Amino acid sequence: MRVSNLASSSTRTTGGAFTDGVRLGTGPGAATFVLGLAYGAAASAAGWGGALPLVFSMLACSGSAQFTLLAVLPAGGAVAAVAAAVLINARYAVMSVALNDSLRGGRLRRALQAQALLDASFAVGHRGEGRFDVARLAGASIPQWAGWVSGTAVGLAAAPSAQLMHAFGADVVFPAFFLMLALDELRKSRQAIAAAILGASIAAALLFVTSPGNALLGATAAALIGAVHGRRPQRSVHEGHP
Amino acid sequence: MTLWLSVFAVTAANWVMKASGPLALGERRLPPRAVNVISLMASALLAGLIITNLGGAGWSDLDWQQVLGVGTAGLARALKAPMLLAVGCGMAATALLRHLLT
Repeated sequence: MRVSNLASSSTRTTGGAFTDGVRLGTGPGAATFVLGLAYGAAASAAGWGGALPLVFSMLACSGSAQFTLLAVLPAGGAVAAVAAAVLINARYAVMSVALNDSLRGGRLRRALQAQALLDASFAVGHRGEGRFDVARLAGASIPQWAGWVSGTAVGLAAAPSAQLMHAFGADVVFPAFFLMLALDELRKSRQAIAAAILGASIAAALLFVTSPGNALLGATAAALIGAVHGRRPQRSVHEGHP
Repeated sequence: MTLWLSVFAVTAANWVMKASGPLALGERRLPPRAVNVISLMASALLAGLIITNLGGAGWSDLDWQQVLGVGTAGLARALKAPMLLAVGCGMAATALLRHLLT
């Protein structure tokens, strides 16, 4: 009886965390809708047709890789374009290692759970002290996936001009949402603030000499200050989001 | 055909990268020092995302009107505005600026 109560309570907790994740992912989901709209419009203008960009968005759900492939393919050829798109997402390998301790089950089951990884979900799912709430992370990915796919579809159908998107300030949406998530992360510890300042500085310097994807990968090296200063962050993200 | 193959190659590589941590480590746990590093990963990544989004390749995309809009959104959030409203404020500030300056 006690065991079944515990199991029921655990299911409710997981369900609550998932719902919480969906709620917290709604904002980034709205941002991905706008970005997906721009991607759909660009793919349509590049003559990719209707089905391929939509299938790509459904299967990959990766703005950085999809935009890179779209941009490099016409001039650089397939091999260079695929290599660039893969390299720009190399950060997922680092994030996947970070997430592994919080996953459950064998290798394959963990690998399947890790497919829910998205940039904003990684931040939303972070509970502090290097632990992640996987249900919350997965929940946050749902509105982002829906926003990205529906945005692509609307972009393909409506094909709004880049000038119109620019005039309405659509380019503000994505960095603004990342700023919101960063503000939540920075409340956790002084080390988080130091890592953010160092990460921003590394990315800013690397942008002069390499692609944004590589600059982003370089920014994650700022987290290495955690290896030098052993003290862990003291507050959990749940304190900010009851 | 090349286009479809390229799309599937990128998609497959994306899946493999997300799976690489669990596939390489399995149920082995990371040492405390590595956990400390991971606890700071989200902050570093988010800061990098903001910079690369605003700067673009070679800082060629830097647009002060966009920066001002992002700053406005951050300010609105700091003043306890809900997330979507804060982003809306940022978009409106940038759109207004662009309208006034064209």
